[in-house]
Amino acid sequence: MSLFGKIKNALKKTKEGVSTKLRQLFLKNKLGDAFYDELEEILISSDVGVATAEDVVEQVKEEAIGNKVKDEEFVTDLLKDILEDILNEAPVPKLEYPCVIMFVGVNGVGKTTTIGKVANWFVSQKKSVTVAAADTFRAAAIDQLNVWAERAKVRIVKHEEGSDPSAVVFDAVSSAKARGTDVLLIDTAGRLHVKENLMKELSKMDRVVTREYPGAKFYKFLVLDATTGQNAVNQARVFDEAVDLDGIVLTKLDGTAKGGFVFSLCGELNIPVVFAGVGEKIDDVELFDAEQFVEGFF
Amino acid sequence: MALFGSLSERLNHIFSKLTKRGKLTELEIRSAMREVRIALLEADVNIRVAKEFIATVSEKAVGQEVLASLNPAQQVIKIVNDELIALMGPGNAKLEISPKPPTVIMMCGLQGAGKTTMCAKLAVQLKKQGKRPLLVACDIYRPAAIDQLRVVGSKAEAEVFERGTQNPPKTAKEAVEYAKKMGFDVVVIDTAGRLHIDEKLMEELAEIKRTVEVNEILLTVDAMTGQDAVNVAETFNSRIGITGVILTKLDGDTRGGACLSIKAVTGKPIKFIGVGEKITDLEPFYPDRMASRILGMGDVLSLIERAQEAVSEQQAKDLERKMRENSFTLNDYLDQFETLKKMGGANALMNMLPGANKMKIREGEIDEKKIERVRAIILSMTRRERDNPQIINSSRKRRIALGSGTSVQDVNQLLKQFEQTKELMKRLKGGRGRMRLPF
Repeated sequence: MSLFGKIKNALKKTKEGVSTKLRQLFLKNKLGDAFYDELEEILISSDVGVATAEDVVEQVKEEAIGNKVKDEEFVTDLLKDILEDILNEAPVPKLEYPCVIMFVGVNGVGKTTTIGKVANWFVSQKKSVTVAAADTFRAAAIDQLNVWAERAKVRIVKHEEGSDPSAVVFDAVSSAKARGTDVLLIDTAGRLHVKENLMKELSKMDRVVTREYPGAKFYKFLVLDATTGQNAVNQARVFDEAVDLDGIVLTKLDGTAKGGFVFSLCGELNIPVVFAGVGEKIDDVELFDAEQFVEGFF
Repeated sequence: MALFGSLSERLNHIFSKLTKRGKLTELEIRSAMREVRIALLEADVNIRVAKEFIATVSEKAVGQEVLASLNPAQQVIKIVNDELIALMGPGNAKLEISPKPPTVIMMCGLQGAGKTTMCAKLAVQLKKQGKRPLLVACDIYRPAAIDQLRVVGSKAEAEVFERGTQNPPKTAKEAVEYAKKMGFDVVVIDTAGRLHIDEKLMEELAEIKRTVEVNEILLTVDAMTGQDAVNVAETFNSRIGITGVILTKLDGDTRGGACLSIKAVTGKPIKFIGVGEKITDLEPFYPDRMASRILGMGDVLSLIERAQEAVSEQQAKDLERKMRENSFTLNDYLDQFETLKKMGGANALMNMLPGANKMKIREGEIDEKKIERVRAIILSMTRRERDNPQIINSSRKRRIALGSGTSVQDVNQLLKQFEQTKELMKRLKGGRGRMRLPF
């Protein structure tokens, strides 16, 4: 059989969920090296990084051997506990008001859509919301946010396309301050974390908010696409260096990707996931719940 | 990026204990492949793809003769590299142009992959080939998607056809008719981003395909995609039948393993890569460059090959002796630059060096002109100065700067670089009988 053919066949397996794979694994194997190797592969196939997967499997192994257990349920529960513990290492901050939340991320992860949905979420929490269209770079980004602002029935502060994003931030902050808005959400242009000048632009916006609005809590959330692989960790690291992240918004969880890189994020960088996006409708966003996420992971 | 670019180091470490030459043994390959596997997984190659790939490659590698010019680690890398290139290639940057215009190209992919931007990039490319492209706005779901296409279309100076939120197959049909009437030779249809499991929207694509005669269906994929790339590619391919792939956002630091996964499951050529936000940032796909990127180690092998071609045995021996005696002079430094020129210039070389991106060397930072300047400076020195750079005081520096048409700062910079090179060479000492490259 050709290499193509073999790979295609092999891939049929990946469409099954982690729990199905675990069950098959138990049917096939006793708890031996082969078992743990496959356990590791199952984690990796959900985008958990190699190092994190190795760590987790090592922990499972220790526990299982210590307790002399050989059944599926025990190992599954153990695995879930370990994964949940990793997520809980980085506790979600309790939001305080008034606050400013700046959303950053690479291109195409869903920042603008997220802001639309998060704005609506805050409105449902009876908070007053203003959004700032500080993505002045991408064609029609301002129009896109405008549509979302109308849908969520919130105020929008915007300038012309191509104008200075920090100026938009400045105006938005002044307006939020003057009106006593509970939440100011700032949309920023997508930027690859390797582009230094664009990262500097972000730090500048960061400084404007810090300087102009000391009375508000200031959060910086990184929006990450669940479809992303190991690069998500690089992204988080570099954005964290640039603006000191307070949280992650994980988007596109309604696809087949699992977003397993968050375990590396919480574990290594100690940045919690705050919101999860599960679709394109206005109420398709929810507060992140570690237990549910791990459940969904299986 | 803790492990970035370290595959060759780790392999060298494994093989450092094995001094024996000859055929690759199964044990050697097995331990090397363990490292290769990690490299592939960290690059986001799908785990099943990685496993099959390694199984096939290991089979091929057992018993292979280690080439005289390589060490066992390099030999394994060469085999892996060759197989990666074979699997991902051939690059095919040509668009299928219909003999009967208009040629219809449909873009598809997940949300945020970069389809709309890519439409404009293709338009620029097509115009360069003397074609008249028409862009068609069939993303009626995302707010302001049509506006976005209109803006990028005007940047590309391409006309945009839109019918508001009218149903996309109908819009596509009208666009093709319009193109025929108005003499456009290529129609590029921008579609909404959709999840591969969204049956309703997948059906919409299928319907566009049934409604108009489509020549190319290009799946646009974010190069940062992880393990899920296989599911996405497989579903789009089996559901609609793609003709090619475009990878976007390769200007980031992703290793781009998704590329291998997609090629492995669809067998369809990767036609272009997106490398920036400007509408001219579109490049053909080179399987060899992608292979090095996935392995995270630069194009080590061609560097070795070229080094061997350019450096004669005698030169290498002399150089090694000088390194040993620590008598490397500016004259030798000049020789190095001459050799570099023979090897295809500094830029070509930097691209091949593992970890070059780690050193943050940007395109064009080492330009050929700078090398010419270095040459001029060294040639403006006296023989004594070249042998003993420490005697170069400020009045000598001024003279050298004048003689070479440069500034004192340039001379200082060169002297500093020379010292650094000397330092580097000291560290590289200890190659066995042959010039060793720094990896």
